[in-house]
Amino acid sequence: MTDAVLATKGITKSFGALTASKDISLDLRAGEIHALIGPNGAGKSTLIKQITGSLRPNSGNVIFGGTNVTTLSAAARARLGMGRTFQISALAMDYTVLQNVVLGALGQRGGVFRLFNRVMKDQELLTIADQALEQVGLSDVRNTRTSELSHGRRRQLEVAVALTLKPRAFLMDEPMAGLGTEGTAQMVALLDRLRVQAPILLIEHDMDAVFALADRISVLVYGQIIATGTAAEIRANPQVREAYLGEEALT
Amino acid sequence: MIRETTLNAALLVLLLAVPLAALILDELFIITLATRAVIFAIAGIGLNLALGFGGLVSLGHAAFFGIGGYAMGILAYHAQTYTPLIEWHFVIDGTKSMPVIWLTATIASAIAALGIGALSLRTSGVYFIMITLAFGQMFYFFTISWPAYGGEDGLSIYVRNGFAGFNTMDPITFFAICYAMLLAVLWLVARLVRSSFGLALGAARQNEDRIQAVGQRPFTLYLAAFTISGAITGLAGALFADLNRFVSPTMFSWQTSGEIMVFVILGGVGRVYGPVAGAAMFILLEHVLGGLSEFWHIYLGAILLGIVLFARGGLIGLLAGREVADD
Ligand SMILES: Nc1ncnc2c1ncn2[C@@H]1O[C@H](COP(=O)(O)OP(=O)(O)OP(=O)(O)O)[C@@H](O)[C@H]1O
Ligand SMILES: [Mg+2]
Repeated sequence: MTDAVLATKGITKSFGALTASKDISLDLRAGEIHALIGPNGAGKSTLIKQITGSLRPNSGNVIFGGTNVTTLSAAARARLGMGRTFQISALAMDYTVLQNVVLGALGQRGGVFRLFNRVMKDQELLTIADQALEQVGLSDVRNTRTSELSHGRRRQLEVAVALTLKPRAFLMDEPMAGLGTEGTAQMVALLDRLRVQAPILLIEHDMDAVFALADRISVLVYGQIIATGTAAEIRANPQVREAYLGEEALT
Repeated sequence: MIRETTLNAALLVLLLAVPLAALILDELFIITLATRAVIFAIAGIGLNLALGFGGLVSLGHAAFFGIGGYAMGILAYHAQTYTPLIEWHFVIDGTKSMPVIWLTATIASAIAALGIGALSLRTSGVYFIMITLAFGQMFYFFTISWPAYGGEDGLSIYVRNGFAGFNTMDPITFFAICYAMLLAVLWLVARLVRSSFGLALGAARQNEDRIQAVGQRPFTLYLAAFTISGAITGLAGALFADLNRFVSPTMFSWQTSGEIMVFVILGGVGRVYGPVAGAAMFILLEHVLGGLSEFWHIYLGAILLGIVLFARGGLIGLLAGREVADD
């Protein structure tokens, strides 16, 4: 527990009669990929939103880097080092791909309130931005307007922006959704390398990707974590088999 | 499609050429019209920073236009009546100096925008529109019921304020001063839009989740934009009051807010030169259509409707096409 970068302590969240998070405690340790899996509507995104600060839990705490961040804004948590990607791409659609990554680099470096600089000529930011684009394989569409990007490439851009933030933890909500076989393979390779930079809390439906990447897996069903363990443990867990994973997915 | 920079330059040349031609033809009224267009353009550029670049639909920018106007009116009134403005432990006199008036107008409207913004930006969407409108109306009714500076009747200033020894009563001289201010404001906003702040503000407008994810609160960005926006519109208010040598509560009315918004929408929301095109077109329509019919606003309404429905980018968008992404 001592090397947990990020932890939730008994997070509970209700939407009216629906309890989307039920007393959730999990942690993310240095160097690991911790996958969060579960059926549609299980409450995975809701949990990530509470960790990153766009939703407030009804009760429970979020501890990040040893400090309680439960009452901090999403922006403050990002500045502390949470690098988030969204399930539904949240990008500046009118901007070019490059502008989106420069924005991330700018947020990380600071100096957002400079009024008279030429931000798109700032070599320091451009270097970081281009590196991130290179890493996810988007260099060729650097100057394309984001709204003209395919769905899959938007997912990659989400990750690229998170990279520019140099975060202490990545929180990724289905980064591989819609990427296709080749795209998924690339993303798996990328995330695999990324975990040494910062641990990743990864929400993912693609079981092959999850089993290939995850050091630990937590299974969320109806707002509750029913199991946490290594890939082998999760595969063997009868409760998980019954509640969520089809027999065939495990073989 | 014309390149946007070419179009912008053409606009500026045209706006300069018309009053110069009028000067040669001795049509002083045209020079006054051109001056109005320039001042309205500045007011619109102010609003455009909030509306176009920040996505903040303010229906209360008359508050800043009026504050700028009254800053001029009050300072000049005390100067022309030789009464001190403030007589307390120290004495502050009025002034007839344009630069001092501009500075006062800009600072006063910036402070007002900071206050109004800090309260209004807690809401969004239609509530934001309503609360900014309400603030504008508050100033309107306040000036109506404030007898010290003419109340409902407004304040007349007999001689136009002074600037560096020029004869400001000469229409073309005053036009030139306003035109120079327009260039300065355009330069300022063009820089802002390309700056770090501009990039972050635009991102906040497009997606608040995104800007938060990179560590910035949209509120702070919006508030800064709203404050600068109010300051620019306030400067326009001071110039407008000087043009007319008269201020009245009308400057604070919601119709004024609406007209400033019309300049922006006609010209092109979120285009730096949009309000210049919009204000020029507005003045032209007012002059041409206003000469044909008392009900020229109906035609203006039809044109606005057409733009909103078919040409979101306004005049600039129609002529120059979609904005090209910055290099
Ligand atoms: N703002 C909200 N108000 C009301 N109900 C909500 C809200 N957000 C989510 N829910 C509900 O909470 C439940 C969990 O939603 P959530 O988006 O967290 O699921 P998920 O596990 O991410 O699913 P998916 O795999 O489809 O992305 C769903 O039943 C959803 O309808
Ligand atoms: Mg989800």
